[in-house]
Amino acid sequence: MIKTDIIIIGAGPVGLFTVFEAGLLKLKCHLIDALPQPGGQCAEIYPKKPIYDIPGYPSILASELVDKLMEQIEPFNPGFTLGETAQTIEKNTDGDFIIKTTQGTSLKAPVVAIAGGLGVFTPRKPNIANLESFENDKVFYIVKEPSLFKDKEIVISGGGDSALDWALFFAENYASDVKLIHRSDNFRAHNDSVQRALDLSKQGKIKMILNSQVSGISKNENKITLDVQSKNNDLSKINCDNWLPLFGLTPKIGPIGDWGLEIQKNAIKVDNSTDYSTNIDGIYAIGDVNTYPGKLKLILCGFHEAAIMVQSAFKKVYPNKNNVLKYTTVTGIKGF
Amino acid sequence: MDVKIHVTDRQGKEQIISGPTDVSLNLMELLKVHEYPVEGTCGGMALCASCHIFIHSPNLLPEKSSSEQAMLDDNWDSKDNSRLACQIPIGENIDLLKIELAPEDM
Repeated sequence: MIKTDIIIIGAGPVGLFTVFEAGLLKLKCHLIDALPQPGGQCAEIYPKKPIYDIPGYPSILASELVDKLMEQIEPFNPGFTLGETAQTIEKNTDGDFIIKTTQGTSLKAPVVAIAGGLGVFTPRKPNIANLESFENDKVFYIVKEPSLFKDKEIVISGGGDSALDWALFFAENYASDVKLIHRSDNFRAHNDSVQRALDLSKQGKIKMILNSQVSGISKNENKITLDVQSKNNDLSKINCDNWLPLFGLTPKIGPIGDWGLEIQKNAIKVDNSTDYSTNIDGIYAIGDVNTYPGKLKLILCGFHEAAIMVQSAFKKVYPNKNNVLKYTTVTGIKGF
Repeated sequence: MDVKIHVTDRQGKEQIISGPTDVSLNLMELLKVHEYPVEGTCGGMALCASCHIFIHSPNLLPEKSSSEQAMLDDNWDSKDNSRLACQIPIGENIDLLKIELAPEDM
């Protein structure tokens, strides 16, 4: 069981900055994020895009902002549970919250700060009948254990980095039978990956099926059969062991939607006149995940919300202590 | 001036909305202003497909950028008349445009 003062759900910029503001008050934090790396949208969706409204930075790349936030919070030694989604929450007899993740990690703290942005990044699934019945057996949206696909006939769908990278990995490392189906003949992946994939295609190590997409799936003894439809409406069938539709990730509100929090239009309603508290005592929501009259979904607004929120969190963690606002220019940064 | 846009939502309900041409709005933002369930996750950078729409009228629209085309190519529900609403500025050229919201991501 991981014990801390504040469990922060979401390791995007606002979640990361919360560690800093909490650290100034000597509160320890542990972050949970469904993505395997910190940074949230800044890391997953637009790492190489400049942001122009971070005070003091006329322009900063999203990935640089994440790097700088990581550097800024380093003195406060935050814990990270990455690649796992906060799934359930309950209140212990001592008043602390216990959160369990999808991978079974347990965390305990008197305060929970939800900085979940637009939600949990989850795979975009193809809209195909009966697909659910093949999930996690024949069909996988994320490759967690590549060795599962060794010596298998696999079909990968998609034209982005994830689809290309895995097609290359399997063709180069496992000599698997790899087919790549893409609805266009242009790829969104890095040019280098595309060139390598085209080279492997010429060598017969990856079979490219372009301007086509899978339109149906059925069971075929121990294998599956995919119906493939081309742009010219030609139909064909492919037998394979596994299908990996890799169409990127999209944020969904996820399990926190079932925690009894007051939700308004996919966002958590908070009290912005005081401390960004939710309807559950001890749970706060900050950044893009919350809503209140006049809400602006801006990173800088999330930073402000984090600073206000931790003052209230301090009183939850130390009900009998008084806190006085101190300035970093006066006290410096004293880590722990 | 204000332009009028015919919008069909995901339930098939049609409505005409209007938007000003002089405040640098794009169609994704206009749909959000009118409370359509368009997330605009990436904020309008053509880096997600949460503002995916289908075009049903012959209005002259700006050419797709390579990033918009690539995003649509990698999107499950894309059709020949697909666009990302965030890449369409509100201008006189889109007056009486007819659009339909694409299905939500599964």
